[in-house]
Amino acid sequence: MTYLAQFENVTKRFGDTSILHNFNFEVTSGEHVVLMGPSGSGKSTVLRILMTLEGIQDGVVYVEGEPLWHEYRNGVLKPAREAHLRRMRNGIGMLFQHFNLFPNMTVLRNVIEAPMNVQRLSRTEATERADELLERVGMSNKRDAYPLSLSGGQKQRVAIARAMAMRPKLLMFDEPTSALDPEMVGDILEVIKDLAQAYDLTMLIVTHEMGFAREVADRVCFFCDGQILEQGKPETIFTEPTEARTRQFLSRVTGAKKAKVGSEAQS
Amino acid sequence: MLFGIHWNLASQWSFALSITPILLIGMKVTVEATVFGFLIAMSLGLVFALLRSMPLRAVSWPTAIFVEFVRDTPLLIQLYFLYYVLPNYGISLPALETGVITLGIQYSAYTSEVYRAGLEAVPFGQREAARALNLGSFRTYRDVIIPQAIPRIVPALANYLVSIIKDTPILSAITVLEMLGVGKIIGDRTFRYLIPLTLVGILFLILTVIAAWGVRFVERRMPRGGVALK
Repeated sequence: MTYLAQFENVTKRFGDTSILHNFNFEVTSGEHVVLMGPSGSGKSTVLRILMTLEGIQDGVVYVEGEPLWHEYRNGVLKPAREAHLRRMRNGIGMLFQHFNLFPNMTVLRNVIEAPMNVQRLSRTEATERADELLERVGMSNKRDAYPLSLSGGQKQRVAIARAMAMRPKLLMFDEPTSALDPEMVGDILEVIKDLAQAYDLTMLIVTHEMGFAREVADRVCFFCDGQILEQGKPETIFTEPTEARTRQFLSRVTGAKKAKVGSEAQS
Repeated sequence: MLFGIHWNLASQWSFALSITPILLIGMKVTVEATVFGFLIAMSLGLVFALLRSMPLRAVSWPTAIFVEFVRDTPLLIQLYFLYYVLPNYGISLPALETGVITLGIQYSAYTSEVYRAGLEAVPFGQREAARALNLGSFRTYRDVIIPQAIPRIVPALANYLVSIIKDTPILSAITVLEMLGVGKIIGDRTFRYLIPLTLVGILFLILTVIAAWGVRFVERRMPRGGVALK
């Protein structure tokens, strides 16, 4: 069986710090996977490797059966060159914690920039596609605004439209709500849920929103020290985790949530 | 008499009035040296900044060494070198041109740092977002990085304009008749230094105030998010 994405004995180090060590992980097409775990456990790194923002030191990453960070030259697997990476990146999109919209472009231009220049769509075609997506994320009324005038939640909506405009097969979210005000979080999660239902997308989502994970995820992976400690259906992982480390993490996340809500109720 | 214009020594005021046209001729040279020197500094600085940021060390290191060398040696030595030494090797340029080139090269060492800092100050997330959207490096620079770097680069560049104006009198060392040189010649010939030097000071002040005002105007006009693309 060909996976949409597959990590095979992947090692990733930053200097002397090993983030992933002999890491194995598969995602099937159409699957929605939530990655959870303490910070530094390697979940964002998995996303960044797939987006070709971080290279790997050992092992092979496959996307649709083809090596991502390597290519065959004269029948030998060699480190990939930029042209190969560009081709492989085509079906992959990513959302960032801090949105990373281009502040010098209008909302519309943010969304049409890559379809026009990478996929060679005409401005009319790209704009048509962008308008449809901006409508979907509820941002059509801001299409001529600049990102500086938008709230965090609005920025993330535009970022979602921008990533979707490239028609990715795999869309990855790196803590998409952690930089947002608490009242915005639900909005963005609704948008993501809507996309998950409306499009045939494979999703990889790093988040600590357990309620959301329960609704959207087919599988939750709990990361610890560069390994997947435990994985399964959300209800199983959240209600009867087998590992002590998972239980400890989940109780901390829910504890922190309650404390946050409590302090807001008081203030 | 200088440049065919006579001075009038009857009173302080008539002296001041009569030498003003002479000083304005010198001021024209000052402005020329400033403008052309600055144009060279702006363009050469960008070239140095880009060469320095290249991954190929055979290119980036010599550039870095050259820029450092220019920055760390006095302008006057560079000026003498180009004016008095190069003719021995068959390269001989008129004084004003030599001065303009020297000012341009000296200031390009400073402006290259401005460009480099400006480009590096664009948040790294912008490059990552461009990469995630699969934009090529040319597009990334043209549409994302450079438009956002310009609001940081232009005001800093413009500050060097004020600075270069004040450095032009050094060209008088290689016989360029710029404003201060002209003022000093008038003093030498009339034994009256107070009035020509005061006038030169005032004219410099006018030039730098205008330039500084221009800098502030440009600064205010700079869009916060970068040069807009629609």
